[in-house]
Amino acid sequence: MWDYIKLVALGVIAVLAAIAANYARDEAYLVNALVVMLAAAATFIWTVRGIGEAKPAISQNEYFDGVVRAGVIATAFWGVVGFLVGVWVAAQLAFPSLNFDWAQPYLNFGRLRPLHTSAVIFAFGGNALIATAFYVVQRTTAARLWGGGLGWFVFWGWQLIIVLAATSYVFGGSQSKEYAEMPWHVDILITVVWVAFLLAFLGTLWKRKEPHIYVANWFYLSFIVTIAMLHVVNNAALPVSIFGSASVQAYAGVQDAMIQWWYGHNAVGFFLTAGFLGMMYYFIPKQAERPVFSYKLSIIHFWALIFLYIWAGPHHLHYTALPEWASTLGMIFSIMLWMPSWGGMINGLMTLSGAWDKLRTDPVIRMMVIAVGFYGMSTFEGPMMSIKAVNSLSHYTDWTIGHVHSGALGWNGMITFGALYFLVPKLWNRERLYSLSLVSWHFWLATIGIVLYASSMWVTGIMEGLMWREVDANGFLVNAFADTVSAKFPMYVVRMLGGVMFLTGAIIMCYNLWMTVRAQPAKSPVNANDFVPAE
Amino acid sequence: MGSETYAFLRNFADSWHLLFMVLFLIGVFVWAIRPGANKVHREAANSIFRNDDRPAPAGAGAPANKEA
Repeated sequence: MWDYIKLVALGVIAVLAAIAANYARDEAYLVNALVVMLAAAATFIWTVRGIGEAKPAISQNEYFDGVVRAGVIATAFWGVVGFLVGVWVAAQLAFPSLNFDWAQPYLNFGRLRPLHTSAVIFAFGGNALIATAFYVVQRTTAARLWGGGLGWFVFWGWQLIIVLAATSYVFGGSQSKEYAEMPWHVDILITVVWVAFLLAFLGTLWKRKEPHIYVANWFYLSFIVTIAMLHVVNNAALPVSIFGSASVQAYAGVQDAMIQWWYGHNAVGFFLTAGFLGMMYYFIPKQAERPVFSYKLSIIHFWALIFLYIWAGPHHLHYTALPEWASTLGMIFSIMLWMPSWGGMINGLMTLSGAWDKLRTDPVIRMMVIAVGFYGMSTFEGPMMSIKAVNSLSHYTDWTIGHVHSGALGWNGMITFGALYFLVPKLWNRERLYSLSLVSWHFWLATIGIVLYASSMWVTGIMEGLMWREVDANGFLVNAFADTVSAKFPMYVVRMLGGVMFLTGAIIMCYNLWMTVRAQPAKSPVNANDFVPAE
Repeated sequence: MGSETYAFLRNFADSWHLLFMVLFLIGVFVWAIRPGANKVHREAANSIFRNDDRPAPAGAGAPANKEA
């Protein structure tokens, strides 16, 4: 019965998408409508072929790991895609002739840049968060993921959103809000999938067998809830036509700017920080085989972080039309964020106390520890840059880009790689990773790549900030904007090389993970009956 | 939304609600470091080392920490 309802719904969606494609007012909308039509048709055919076949019974006595495995594969795949586009746009900045004439306007920097940011944040980071959230919430509640196949809906819905967003950008659809470029029709789909994600997570917490909700779940839950709120408020817009991707924002002027950076900064704070801290609080203790350093500190870390982060957004709008008090408020709260951030970093690092020798023998834990190190460094740098006097030098320069990447590559990237190295042998029931020396190669390539990236961006950012403000004895500006552009060339090449190293490391990781599953036999069950003794 | 509503909400937000949030945050800190929480926290911190392979059996609460 359920299959027939699904078939009707999919058929209706496919037909409506075809109608939308027919009336489409712009190229981006047309391509999106066709993608939805194809996705609905493919799912329709897949469902038809499955009708009448016996469905494997869902056992509440097993974890729902299929969706986590798919999420791990998607994370690795989108990671490589996102890093590759990143390297490409870095090359375009260094060598503008790479904005090929024949590929205009589709493959110019302006359209590929949001493709890169969305691919790494929402495709790589998003899949990592969804997969690890599903893994961690099941293990720490000792319950199967709630909602039957809801996890699959979240997974495939998220992949569809990624493809829609990517094609939309390339074909010129964007609402021009940073990290929220997706046009209104994709925003609606995001809301639906996100609510399903929230329900699956909450439902699992609801039926938990463990009395206490482990701290990682608090971080994951705050990430899911806050992103839902930010997404809905920031994307409030009125479409110009239901057959076009253009829309008009619900807010105007400085209010719109403030809401955008309230969203933008908390996308960093809750998507890239709280969610990934959930990973930190689970995977580091697991890999180190010791409980977290201080559970009390983790509780304080959580509440202080969520209370303070939400106010920090205005520091993106220093020296603009934003009222002075709002900008000062944003700065003060950013500085206060030092405390929970460093508390969390100390908590992650000190989890290794008494087991520091593992750093020498286990490259996976090394990866996780350097991730926490980068978390500490970028959460030190961020508040410093939010101070108005510093910001007057750093704002609009590549220092900001360097800061973002030391956080994103160093913290988000490295903790995700660590989690993937932890998860793959577990999920595919393999004895161990295929090669630890390849993990070491990945570790060093990625680390040196980030160092090259961040240091070249510091140099070029501060140089460009100083050049912009340099005045001669008569008070005239010394440098034209184009002077800074040509002065930046060597640093842009170094940055690109750093990106190439980071990408190479990720490709090595994919090979290593592939061979972990491919080249090793599955572990034998625990004993003859696959019986797990009560603990 | 009239300016009166705005003024009321704005006033409420930066007085009573601000006070509420600050007290709540301090309350959470005090709750986290309360005496006697050590046992619960140790128990919770170690909870990630069980149930790795399959969910706890139906009907059973977590072993060890029923009394926690």
